[in-house]
Amino acid sequence: MKHMLRQVFRSGKFVTGFVIFMAIMLTVIIYPLLITDHPLSIIGQGTFFPPGIYVNVFDSVSSPAYTIMLDDAAAKRIAGRLNDEDREAIREWLVGAGVADGEIDIANTESLLGLWVNNYDSTANVAGMTNADRNYYIRLNKSLQVLLSTEGVTLAASNPETGALEETGTVEPTQYVNVREVANVRLLPLGTDNFGRDVLTELVSATAVSLRIGFVAGIIATFIGLVLGLVSGYMGGIVDDVISFITNLFIVIPGFVLLILISFSIGQERRGPFVIAVVIGLTSWVWTARAVRAQVISLRNRDHVNLSKLSGHSIVHIISRDILPYIASYVVMALILQISAGILAEAQLSVLGLGPRTTEEATLGLMMNWALIYQAHILGKWWAYFPVILVIALIAFSLNLMNTGMDQVFNPALRD
Amino acid sequence: MLNERKPCLQGVGLTKVFGLGRKKTVAVDNVDFTFHEGEIISIVGESGSGKTTLAKMLLGLINQTSGDVFFQGQKRDLSSHRKKKEYWRSIQAIFQDPFSSYNIFNKIDTVLLDCIRMRGGGSLSRDEKTEMMIEACRFVNLKFEELTNKYPFELSGGQQQRLMIARIFLLKPKILLADEPTSMIDACSRSTILDALLDLRNEIGMTPIFITHDIGLAFYVSDSVYIMERGRIVESGTADEVILNPQEPYTKRLISDVPKIREEWDLSTV
Repeated sequence: MKHMLRQVFRSGKFVTGFVIFMAIMLTVIIYPLLITDHPLSIIGQGTFFPPGIYVNVFDSVSSPAYTIMLDDAAAKRIAGRLNDEDREAIREWLVGAGVADGEIDIANTESLLGLWVNNYDSTANVAGMTNADRNYYIRLNKSLQVLLSTEGVTLAASNPETGALEETGTVEPTQYVNVREVANVRLLPLGTDNFGRDVLTELVSATAVSLRIGFVAGIIATFIGLVLGLVSGYMGGIVDDVISFITNLFIVIPGFVLLILISFSIGQERRGPFVIAVVIGLTSWVWTARAVRAQVISLRNRDHVNLSKLSGHSIVHIISRDILPYIASYVVMALILQISAGILAEAQLSVLGLGPRTTEEATLGLMMNWALIYQAHILGKWWAYFPVILVIALIAFSLNLMNTGMDQVFNPALRD
Repeated sequence: MLNERKPCLQGVGLTKVFGLGRKKTVAVDNVDFTFHEGEIISIVGESGSGKTTLAKMLLGLINQTSGDVFFQGQKRDLSSHRKKKEYWRSIQAIFQDPFSSYNIFNKIDTVLLDCIRMRGGGSLSRDEKTEMMIEACRFVNLKFEELTNKYPFELSGGQQQRLMIARIFLLKPKILLADEPTSMIDACSRSTILDALLDLRNEIGMTPIFITHDIGLAFYVSDSVYIMERGRIVESGTADEVILNPQEPYTKRLISDVPKIREEWDLSTV
């Protein structure tokens, strides 16, 4: 046993897979200890906040201000505020107003702004411009004026008695706050999803739930397959015929169709993650059963089994002590593949909308489903689905890598 | 003289067929025999002649297609696990390949303790069991102290086969089926194995049945010899009758195939 483990850990493939899988497992275990928020608490009002550091505006106004003179501050400010659409709109207006197209470089903020300040006239009538367009340009001009001004912004608070605004201070363009001195700063490394939940926290808890589904499904499938394979392979005769018939029946029916039908007929109320895991387990044991049966048939006429029979051992003893240990490595490999297949099956089901129906727990498949329904892929909100795909891929990759590594150790024909 | 002895194992019309239809193979074809208590029996035949299948049928490891086996004059009944266990207390086997005869996950102690339990010694104290195991190992020139807590695959082929005999020593069966017990062993270990087996026979009074392709061995050890060809027993009788005065061409061929030191080896019959 010890020797076997040492041999397995000498395989590069297995170790790589094991390290990736353990990294995922450890993240899933340690992350909730450090960040104790409920993974599905809705923190953002609005959908799909992009990843980044969120600094509280209210707190930063009252935080100590430092004046730092930086030459490129104004240019950066405008460059950051002028998005591509605005730049394109400015170019259109300038062309309409008679500026040569060749002079305009929308990537160069400084020259673009110079042209705009020199040429813009809110009363000018550009051909083909609607009223809404005109108002848009007036708003754009105003906001640019604010950005361009060297004056500060006045802060005011309304007096609770009179309702009149009273000046409480000004914010200069050269003032800075230290992020560490702002009371409320929230890091959202993967932004928020369509419900306004922190995607990273949600992802970690979803990974945990999906792994659990994978383990439950894998263990159930392997257990059923193992028992049926052992019994039908060892007993032979009519028992083997009956079990093989059932196994073949299940092989003919595509497992995924069966899975869809069962999870659909269970009904939405009872479709929790555990139920889905059980359903996945109950529909994916066939190949394990077949493979185990084949292995057992090749083992049952070996001399050591005959010797065990001659020693008066019962069938249960022979199966568990003389046959099971010989196929144990194979069963462990099958279990690993079943876990990976279980996680993938849950993701597939959930994307179809037939996965666990729950508001308390997220799964990787459900996160994909939500992102799909809220069109994250069309809106370009990659953080809502891409990390999920990556985690699913990493889990499946690491498990399959472990399996391949073990295969090379246990199967002498594959050894190089 | 043989007829005065009690028959211990009898086969009547014993047949084993594998497969169906065109793939049908008759491994053992309508075989009749009577083995008597106390004599040493050899079943000789080339590879594929059905000797091992016959042995497995006699052991009750596979069921016969037709025919009956009589054990000590009575029809053998293996309908339940208990009856099988009872039968296996009286008949035991040594297999051809010692390297595949042991469960590689069990230690040598487990192998020997199983035998003690089989003989109803499960409730003995640990010391008594150890005493029995030491005695069994000493009988076959093994040191139990060196074997305990080891796995069978850590031993040499000869040692493994001797351990197998130690097993028989503990089980004390009435009949021992030795299926090519020396064919995987080098020539030097061979005689010690055979000696151990014959000693054991004298010690516990069992009836050994040697299954072998080696007609020299059969002549050397046995009282009566059965020659098998393609599932049938073609010739039988005392060792002297069959080997010194063979009637069947197949028997003659088997005898001529034995390499001899001072003669040209006749390969024309192969």
